[in-house]
Amino acid sequence: MSAVERPPVIAPGYTPASVTDKISAVVLNKTPKWWYLAFGISFMAMQLLLISMAKLLVVGVGLWGINIPVAWGVDIVNFVWWIGIGHAGTLISAILLLLRQSWRTSINRFAEAMTLFAVAAAGQFVLFHTGRQWLAAYWLFPYPNTMGLWPQFRSPLMWDVFAVSTYATISALFWYVGLIPDLATLRDRSKHIAGKIAYGMLAMGWRGSARHWHNYEVASLLLAGLATPLVVSVHTVVSFDFSVGIIPGWHATIFPPYFVAGAIYSGFAMVMTLSIPLRKLFGLEDFITMRHLQNMAKVMLATGLIVAYGYAIEIFMAWYSGNGFEQFMMKNRIMGPYGWIWFALILCNVLTPQLLWLRKVRNSVATLFVISIVVNIGMWLERFVIIVTSLHRDFLPSSWDMYTPTKWDWSFYIGSLGLFFSLMFLFIRFLPVISIFEMRTIAKGDPEGKAAGGHA
Amino acid sequence: MSLFRRFFTRHVAPGVGRPGPREGGGELPPHLYGVIAEFAGSPALVQAVHRTRAEGYVVMEAYTPYPIEELNDAIGHGPSRVPLLVLIGGLVGGLGGFGLQYWASVLEYPLNIGGRPPNSWIAFIPITFECTILLAGISAVLGMLVLNGLPMPYHPVFGVDRFQLASRDKYFLMILARDPKFRAGDTFRFMETLGGVHVQDVED
Repeated sequence: MSAVERPPVIAPGYTPASVTDKISAVVLNKTPKWWYLAFGISFMAMQLLLISMAKLLVVGVGLWGINIPVAWGVDIVNFVWWIGIGHAGTLISAILLLLRQSWRTSINRFAEAMTLFAVAAAGQFVLFHTGRQWLAAYWLFPYPNTMGLWPQFRSPLMWDVFAVSTYATISALFWYVGLIPDLATLRDRSKHIAGKIAYGMLAMGWRGSARHWHNYEVASLLLAGLATPLVVSVHTVVSFDFSVGIIPGWHATIFPPYFVAGAIYSGFAMVMTLSIPLRKLFGLEDFITMRHLQNMAKVMLATGLIVAYGYAIEIFMAWYSGNGFEQFMMKNRIMGPYGWIWFALILCNVLTPQLLWLRKVRNSVATLFVISIVVNIGMWLERFVIIVTSLHRDFLPSSWDMYTPTKWDWSFYIGSLGLFFSLMFLFIRFLPVISIFEMRTIAKGDPEGKAAGGHA
Repeated sequence: MSLFRRFFTRHVAPGVGRPGPREGGGELPPHLYGVIAEFAGSPALVQAVHRTRAEGYVVMEAYTPYPIEELNDAIGHGPSRVPLLVLIGGLVGGLGGFGLQYWASVLEYPLNIGGRPPNSWIAFIPITFECTILLAGISAVLGMLVLNGLPMPYHPVFGVDRFQLASRDKYFLMILARDPKFRAGDTFRFMETLGGVHVQDVED
C-alpha cells in the first residue's frame, strides 16, 4: 500500500445484505424511462444493420467501397476494432482475478458482457465480408462435405476462425458461470412469478452449498487460467492475418504484442465509456468508485504507451530495414493522401492519453469520459491506417488507387453499434450489472478480497 | 434428472437414508430430508460445522451467500474433481485438434503447395491450442455443473421459507436424514444447541 491514500473499492457502510438489495433492485425495480429511449434508439440502429445485410446478400460486397487494391476496408477495420474492445472484458475477469485485484469485482460483470457483445458485433463483419456466407461454411469450417474439400489449416485466416469462435464460446461460458449465483439471488428476490420462473430456470437450482461453491471456485479459477492465454492468442492471431502477408506495413514482427496492447487499450476505453454513464444512471457510484476509474485510467495510460512504442518501432523499422517499399509505405502513410488520418491517430492515441499523467485529470469523471471516447476513435483510426494505407499503394504504381467507404460501409458500422448497445441495454435491464456475490465478499469487511478467491 | 443424479452424485453406503428402523434403535420418519438451522455469521457457521463433525455426523451440507474457503475442508467434502475433468478435456481437445488437421492435410487430401511438407506441424499449432482451450473450458463448466448436480430445478431445501436469505446474508447448516447417526428427535435437539436460530425439519 502506497503512502498516498487511495479511494476505497466500495463506499463504507455496506453489508452483504445491503449490497444484495441495492444491486438486485436495479433489475427488479420498475424500468426507468430513459431505458426505453436508449434501447429504442439502439434497436432502431440495429435495424439498419439488418437492412444493410439484406442489401449486401442481394447485391454482393461491391456494395462497400472495397475493390482492388484495397480489398479490406472499413469492414475489417470494424472487425478488428470490435474484437479488440472485447479484450478488456477477459483481461478484467481473468487476468485480474489471477492477480487477486479485488477492485475488478464491481466492473468485471459488465466488462464480460461487453466482451460477448463486442465479439457478436465483430462476427457480423467477418461473416458478411466473405460475400457468400453459404460458401464460407466449407472454406472456414472443417466438416465433411460432398466435394471432399478441407479448409487450408496453414492459413492465418483459418486460425482466426478457430481463435474467434473459441473466444466467443469461452467468453459466453465464463459470463454465464459468473451469473449463476446471482441468478439464484434474483430468483430468491423476484416478486413476480415470471421473474421467479425465468431466473429460477437460468439459475439451474443453484443453492450456494459448500460443495457448490467449492467446485465453482475451482472451475472459475481454471477458466480464468484458460482464458488468459486465450485472450492473448486471439489478437495475436488477428495480427497474423496481417503480418504473415508480405504487404509493406503489415509484414512486421512487432504486430502481435502491439495488437494485444492496443486491444486492451481500446477495451479499457470502452469499459470506461460504458461505466461512467452507467454508475450515474443507476446510482452505483458507491460500487464503481473513483478508485476504479483511476485504475482504468492508469491501465489505459500504460497500454497507450506500449501502443505509442509500437508506432515508433514501425517507423524505425521502415527506415532500418533499408527496404525501399517499406520506406515508401511509411512516407506515404504520414505524408500521403491519407496522412491526415495518421495525424489524427497520433493526436487521439498518443497525445491525448498523456493527460492521464495528471492526478487532476484522473479525478475528473467528465474528462475521463471524453478521453475514453477519444481513445475509442483513435483505435478505430489506427486500424484504418494499418489496413488502408498499407494496401492502397503497394508494389506496382499502376495498381495504385484511393479507397472511399460508401454509405453502406457506414450503415454497417452504425448498425453494429446498434447491435452492441441493444444487447447491452437488454443486459443492464434484465441481469445484474455488478456481480452480487463477489460484492458480498468485499462488503463483509474484507476489502482486499483475500479470504475468498472470487469468481470470474 | 434422477437419471443424472444416479450417475453423478456420490453414493453413501446402501441402505443408509431409507425410512424405517435404524441400527441402534429409533425410526426415521418418511419424507424427512434433514434438519436445518440458520446462523448469522460465517464464524458461527464454521464453528457449528466443527461441532457437528465432532459429534459424529458425516452427511451434512452448509449454505452460504458467498464462498468460504475453510468450509469445504471443515465439512469434509474432499478436493474437487473439476481439475481432472479439465485435464481430460484439454488433452482430448489438443489431440483432437491436431488429429483433425493431420488427418485432413496428410491422409485425406494432401496438397503439395510450393513443396511444403503435408505435415506442417508448426502451422497447425494455433488451431491445436485453440481446440485445447475450447474443450478444457467446456469441461470446466460442464464438470462444475455435473459435479454440483445441476441443473436441479427442485430441491427439498427450497421448501424452507427462510432459505431465500442464503443468497443474501444468512448462513445455513443442514444435517441430512440419511446420516447414519441421524435420529429424528435427538438431531433436532442437538441442532438447537449449536447457536443457530430457526431450527426446523426439512421435508422431502
